[in-house]
Amino acid sequence: MVLESKIPEGPLAEKWSKHKFSLKLVNPANKRKYDIIVVGTGLAGASAAASLAELGYNVKAFTFHDSPRRAHSIAAQGGINAAKNYQNDGDSVYRLFYDTIKGGDYRAREANVHRLAEVSVNIIDQCVAQGVPFAREYGGLLANRSFGGAQVSRTFYARGQTGQQLLLGAYSALSRQVATGKVKMYTRSEMLDLVMVDGKARGIVTRNLVTGQIESHSAHAVLLCTGGYGNVFYLSTNAMYCNVTAAWRAHKKGALFANPCFTQIHPTCIPVSGDYQSKLTLMSESLRNDGRVWVPLKVGDKRKPEDIPEAERDYFLERKYPAFGNLVPRDVASRNAKYVCDEGRGVGSTGLAVYMDFADAIKRDSLKVIEARYGNLFEMYEKITGENPYNTPMKIYPAVHYTMGGLWVDYNLMTTIPGLYALGEANFSDHGANRLGASALMQGLADGYFVIPYTIGDYLAQMPYEKVSNDRAEFKDAEAKVKETINKILSIKGTRTVDELHRELGLLIWDYCGMSRTKEGLTSAREKVRALRNEFWTNVKVVGTNEEFNQTLEKALRLIDFIELGELMILDALDRNESCGGHFREEFQTPDGEALRNDQEYAYVAAWEYEQNMHAVLHKEQLKFENVTPSTRSYK
Amino acid sequence: MSWLSTTLTSSIGRKLVMGLTGLFLVSFLFVHGIGNLALFKNDGGMAFNAYTVFMTTSPIIRVMEIFLVAGFGFHIYTALTLTNQNKAARPQGYAYKKSSPGVTWFSQNMGTSGMVILVFLILHLINFYAEYHYGIMYDGKIPMVDINMGDHTVNVRNMYEIVKTVFQQQWWVSVLYVGSMVLLGMHLAHGFQSAFKTFGLEHKKYTPAIISIGNVIAVLLPALFASMPLYFLLTGL
Amino acid sequence: MNLNLHIWRQPNGQSAGRMVEYNVKDISEEMSFLEMLDVLNEDLLRKGEDPVAFDHDCREGICGTCSLVINGRPHGPYTTTTCQLHMRSFKDGETVYIEPWRAKAFPLVKDLVVNRSAFDRIIQSGGYVSVNTGSARDANETPIGKEIADEAMNSATCIGCGACVAACKNASAMLFVSAKISQLAMLPQGKPERKRRAEAMVAQMDAEGFGACTNTGACAAECPKSISMSNIAMMNREYTSAKLTSDAV
Repeated sequence: MVLESKIPEGPLAEKWSKHKFSLKLVNPANKRKYDIIVVGTGLAGASAAASLAELGYNVKAFTFHDSPRRAHSIAAQGGINAAKNYQNDGDSVYRLFYDTIKGGDYRAREANVHRLAEVSVNIIDQCVAQGVPFAREYGGLLANRSFGGAQVSRTFYARGQTGQQLLLGAYSALSRQVATGKVKMYTRSEMLDLVMVDGKARGIVTRNLVTGQIESHSAHAVLLCTGGYGNVFYLSTNAMYCNVTAAWRAHKKGALFANPCFTQIHPTCIPVSGDYQSKLTLMSESLRNDGRVWVPLKVGDKRKPEDIPEAERDYFLERKYPAFGNLVPRDVASRNAKYVCDEGRGVGSTGLAVYMDFADAIKRDSLKVIEARYGNLFEMYEKITGENPYNTPMKIYPAVHYTMGGLWVDYNLMTTIPGLYALGEANFSDHGANRLGASALMQGLADGYFVIPYTIGDYLAQMPYEKVSNDRAEFKDAEAKVKETINKILSIKGTRTVDELHRELGLLIWDYCGMSRTKEGLTSAREKVRALRNEFWTNVKVVGTNEEFNQTLEKALRLIDFIELGELMILDALDRNESCGGHFREEFQTPDGEALRNDQEYAYVAAWEYEQNMHAVLHKEQLKFENVTPSTRSYK
Repeated sequence: MSWLSTTLTSSIGRKLVMGLTGLFLVSFLFVHGIGNLALFKNDGGMAFNAYTVFMTTSPIIRVMEIFLVAGFGFHIYTALTLTNQNKAARPQGYAYKKSSPGVTWFSQNMGTSGMVILVFLILHLINFYAEYHYGIMYDGKIPMVDINMGDHTVNVRNMYEIVKTVFQQQWWVSVLYVGSMVLLGMHLAHGFQSAFKTFGLEHKKYTPAIISIGNVIAVLLPALFASMPLYFLLTGL
Repeated sequence: MNLNLHIWRQPNGQSAGRMVEYNVKDISEEMSFLEMLDVLNEDLLRKGEDPVAFDHDCREGICGTCSLVINGRPHGPYTTTTCQLHMRSFKDGETVYIEPWRAKAFPLVKDLVVNRSAFDRIIQSGGYVSVNTGSARDANETPIGKEIADEAMNSATCIGCGACVAACKNASAMLFVSAKISQLAMLPQGKPERKRRAEAMVAQMDAEGFGACTNTGACAAECPKSISMSNIAMMNREYTSAKLTSDAV
């Protein structure tokens, strides 16, 4: 298989405009003859569904939530980047492009990232027009802040709820189209398979989560906007329902899965407090502007933080990275927290936490200033942990936050299956090996509002108007297979609960394919994951029937896909004999412990083709850097 | 349906009717209360009876009476409709109930206080309207009195005597009146400020004042009315 | 700690339901309320019984999915979402009643899960600014005073959980509806459609079968995002003036 990225020729800054012109158009009167399925209604899905419906296409939108407004895009706190340069501080489309590609450790496509930076400015305009209440200055113009270590202030925000406001904006646009009848909305409907007719994506099979009914839906194209797969780790900052099932079922039908081992670990999360833990909560990265990260100097020092004298504290980030200190990028901060905990210097009841101390900041700036800056975050921390961070240092630990990998797509966001597109976090395309803060919202909306409405026309213009009936054998076969899988799971009646197995999987992936990876560990983990897959198929316990609201069955169906994906992540991590971005292989580090990238051999996108029993086949898309020269990140 | 009936039968429209009629009824209470102050004039009921003559003969008052009946009618009818709708909005209740912090008992029980006031109103009409017109207590022999109308005297029904008799002979009536006035106070305390919110008149500068005025009215008006049976009850001892 | 739970169980919307008593043991104070229910469900599963269905997703207080009435109050004793409620707020041996949102407009799906699509239909009736993708002008061409932007943001923080409906003695949705009407009425972007929006959204709210507003303030008292009652007053104003002045006869 040859991976055609379809990146347009020409100078970087002109590629997208030229491409837009060369894309085929669908006559306005003919758009109503095409049906498009959109799976997932988060930022990418809702914005795509609304925009396509506005153009005149018939859209069927699916979400497993009770409402499109629940999608996990809603939880993004920090903000959204845009190269508006409203602050006159030297920002530009090129600088946003450069920061993003560098931040991604040179494992993303130049053309995609540049397009992202270009359309970023339109996103802000669009959202403001929808009534998104971004933060403003007294003069009435939009406010910006610098975020995630960026040297310009280009982040637009709505308090600590930017994701919520952007999602509600997209949701309102979607709702408007539902009202016009151009979008038919299917809630509590989960996609369980992709249906292909003559080699093209022509529909999906869904399960109605309330009645258990297995249904088929046909269309001329299918868009997967189903988010990331962070819940493969069981514990992550993702919502409980986030899953890889839609993308994975498409992968099993032939869509390649790219860079699955690129996962982002966020350094400032509230640590795990016990085995019952179901989810991790992110504390905004902005806290690192004033919080000093430390652990006791001595191993096993169980004194209260207030009782440990200054001389016996190790401010390890400031010590190792004097230039950036506590503001080193996410991957570096996370990895170093892991190291000190591995040394036995971690704090808290589990020993898996480090302190983030605001005592000095309070002394320097006064309690009032710190309260104004972080009051709501401190309150949230206290609500969850019962500890007051004004009096005692916060405890934080890294947690899985975002997955850069995803379905492989070309420049048009089409996967390797004709007619199947992947948007937002579900695709792999824009963040390389590491995502910068405030870029996820930007990418989801860029794909949905400003890329897919153009690129999908190019494909549809070549499609016949004829609809395929969902009575066809292809649909009936897919439905039968889904039912078979469900019946098989229900008939096992084993002894291990779905959550037990999921926890076990999560721990395996976290320990061996998390912040730091080794060949040996990965190899042994692969065997363990395979054993877990076997355990699932022989010993999982699911009660009830398919024909009811059955949350255990839902989880079981998602878990089996996570188990298979976990193995692919391990394969991918094993293949990548280098350290870059979120992927750190201990064998590949500089003498002082920093990531050692290998641009000679690994400047490629690893796109995996599914084969029976997880004997995945690797396809490589070489990355060409014509405008930037890959350099080593240094934060010393 | 016309736009007006659509509006007035919507959830907000019905609340508008409640608020408008409610405030109108408050204005009636004011007039009623102030007029009745004549009871306290120590002249053997002369002033009060003169006031009664005015109230029963003035054409303006007769017209206003129609409005008053309509006001009560709409207020009560809409309240019943809303209560039914609100009950229907939650067919299955909670097994365990607990009210939310800062929510007053009387705001949650406007229907209950309203019902008590309605019962009171009926009793009140029997006590005074019926007695004035039919003299039930007196087997139809309504007490009469001569009042001086400046150049001549007229012989009229002695309303003062009726009031005095009602409150002094049946002590429980006075107690009932006083009790009803407590509930009227609660009804007004919430209803007055709530009406303004329903009209959309809410502002952090003025709302505290509206609430205070409502509370003053809620104490003053019922206290004024309660003082009448108490006055007769105590002076009759 | 050990707890005595009384939980509403109902297999589906068509069948009858009842309160069922469960005991959970060795609950850690650090657990969230939903994690305590996870423990119960794992126990039930191991015994081969049907776990308690409840809605939840982000577990960080923003998606608005979780929806439990705990000891008579939506989201429990504090103004937070159920997922952010922790077991340290309960005492050892305490009896805890757990019920679903109760409203005709929120039909029950199973156990503690209800269908809140009425909220979606209300938004669909007008809770948006009619602007097509790509037709927006530069974001800074419309200045919006900070005070107005902040006030609009206060209304926009609504997470659509429905606690207001659950708390209201009338099962009224006015706090939810008014938050959206107010947000858009305050902003210049929302002004062109404000009359049509107020009329349509209130009509849809009524058609869904929610109750009316008695201004008790229970909705705002229980709102996990502290949406203020002044939104309702603003909606009343918007609605009344729309009805009096719009062209829709």
